[in-house]
Amino acid sequence: MAFRILVCAKQVPDTNEITINPETGTLQRDGVPSILNPDDANALEQALMIKDQYDDVEVTVITMGPPQAEAMVYECIAMGADAGIIVSDRAVGGSDTWATSNACKAAIDKYVAENGDYDLIFAGRQAIDGDTAQVGPQIAEKLDIPQVTYVEEFKLAEDRKSVEVKRQLEDGYDLIEVQLPCMLTCIKELNAPRYMSIGRIYADKDIKIWNADDINVDRNIVGLKASPTNVFKSFTPAPKEPGIKLVGDTEKDLAKALLINLKKKHAI
Amino acid sequence: MARNIIGYKNIWVYAEQRNGKLMNVALELIGEGRRLSRELPEEEGQQVYAVLIGDSVQHLATECFEYGADGVIVIEDPLLKNYTTDAYTKVLNDAINEMKPSIVMYGATHIGRDLAPRVAARQDTGLTADCTHLDIDIEEYIDYANKNTTLDTSKINKEDPKSLGLKMTRPAFGGNLMATIICPNHRPQMSTVRPGVMSKREREVGATGEIITYKPSIAAEDIKINLKDVVKSAKELVSLTDADIICSGGFGLGGPEGFNLIKEFADKVGGVVGSSRRAVDSGWIDHSHQVGQTGTTVKPKIYFACGISGAIQHLAGMQTSELIVAINKDPDAPIFEVADYGIVGDLYKVIPEIIAEWDNAEAIYEAATK
Repeated sequence: MAFRILVCAKQVPDTNEITINPETGTLQRDGVPSILNPDDANALEQALMIKDQYDDVEVTVITMGPPQAEAMVYECIAMGADAGIIVSDRAVGGSDTWATSNACKAAIDKYVAENGDYDLIFAGRQAIDGDTAQVGPQIAEKLDIPQVTYVEEFKLAEDRKSVEVKRQLEDGYDLIEVQLPCMLTCIKELNAPRYMSIGRIYADKDIKIWNADDINVDRNIVGLKASPTNVFKSFTPAPKEPGIKLVGDTEKDLAKALLINLKKKHAI
Repeated sequence: MARNIIGYKNIWVYAEQRNGKLMNVALELIGEGRRLSRELPEEEGQQVYAVLIGDSVQHLATECFEYGADGVIVIEDPLLKNYTTDAYTKVLNDAINEMKPSIVMYGATHIGRDLAPRVAARQDTGLTADCTHLDIDIEEYIDYANKNTTLDTSKINKEDPKSLGLKMTRPAFGGNLMATIICPNHRPQMSTVRPGVMSKREREVGATGEIITYKPSIAAEDIKINLKDVVKSAKELVSLTDADIICSGGFGLGGPEGFNLIKEFADKVGGVVGSSRRAVDSGWIDHSHQVGQTGTTVKPKIYFACGISGAIQHLAGMQTSELIVAINKDPDAPIFEVADYGIVGDLYKVIPEIIAEWDNAEAIYEAATK
């Protein structure tokens, strides 16, 4: 019997590349590359490390998004995942984290019906476009399985029935043992994601695209309208008053000019 | 889905404690909750309650009262001694079902961000992550937006039911965009709030209030994980949120050894060491020093950005600092757009001069203003 791992991933705009149009104050998203969300790459890497270790491991990437997300799933398979599932439908568009977790739960139920039970689910801690860190725990809640978030170290027990993980805290860590199946959300300290391999780039890709009918989800719990949270307003932060560029002939003069100004402002 | 949202009252603050000590963010949220509670419509209670969960934590109630809580809900059990997702979710969810708060706020700590989504999903309600500003009164919101944002507030319909509830403002897209989120048809309205953003109230020694003891229903079988150890890190404790002065280093340092100079600088000025994400990602310094959207949000009296270009996600975490000083070789670095004082130059030459002259500041100032 196979050891089945699901990896929840998201295609995101590279937020480091986003700029603001200084004239209109709007977000410039054109030409911004879409990437595999960084924490999700760590989640996938952990799954692939288990696959490296055992012969019977099946790693399936699951994502929700527009059909273009296929490019990200290609990348995941080229890194070493066996298959990918994309939940894509207008009916699930605009979902907040609660509605997203409902759709993902329905998709995972379909996966189980077709393939059998999963042993482990990995997700990234959070996606860089929203930074909410909510979808992983909310999928776990909907599936009624335990979760550990902020996983920075991972060890699978020899009998593969439990894992021991370190959960990062601001002031240390928790050492946690948890029985499978469970949801683990991963952070960058966990590992260094591998690159795509040439051989796998050209391999056949097992990618399925499922719509809302396929996953048989109640339309009242997915999509924009069903989402408990709505965007009331969105805007760009107000630009700040211009500051002062300090001048001086030497570094010492610059340092003194700075100290004079800080004194003037009663900051020191 | 339309729900019955009538009958939900008051504001709850999850008063996170670790090892019998309240987290700073809990006190900040009590202060913010107190302010917000007075903006609630009368039928929604107008009180702020701190929710203390743990084993033998009732003694922390005094601190909650002194920082502004009207009431404290105490939930104690030996099984709640340490935080576990399973146990804390269950007892908090049960308490919410019984007492029906209108709003529940959590600090956006590693624990708050583990607990809140799980509770929200069990409640089938909305949750807004990492908020940096909250309003209930629409006039207060409009005032905030006019002062701090580019939003055209003339188009806001104040009578619209959507304008009435909690308005939760947060950065998105790495701080490039701000969004105000509402949860109009579900209760409780829930949010996590970034540590260091809200202000504590002045401590009112001797303040007291109502204590509600909530007897949790929790059994060992409810806890699916085995917490084997809670390890306090040996790494130096970085309290970026409490610091008056922060000296941050970025990729412009050129290498990990650059942080030796930053440390020396911080020691001289009585500050703490911060860093950009790129410096952390490069492995030059521990992530606990990271300032920014994915790190810590700070608002010190003085923020020194040294060799930091000013990626938007970094700016999102420090641009409300009272004074920002940028030192960078590149005159076009975006950090200069938010800096109050900019020095274009080699930080390895400029910072040693600041260190050398720091103690003479008074004399230099007097000489210059004579």
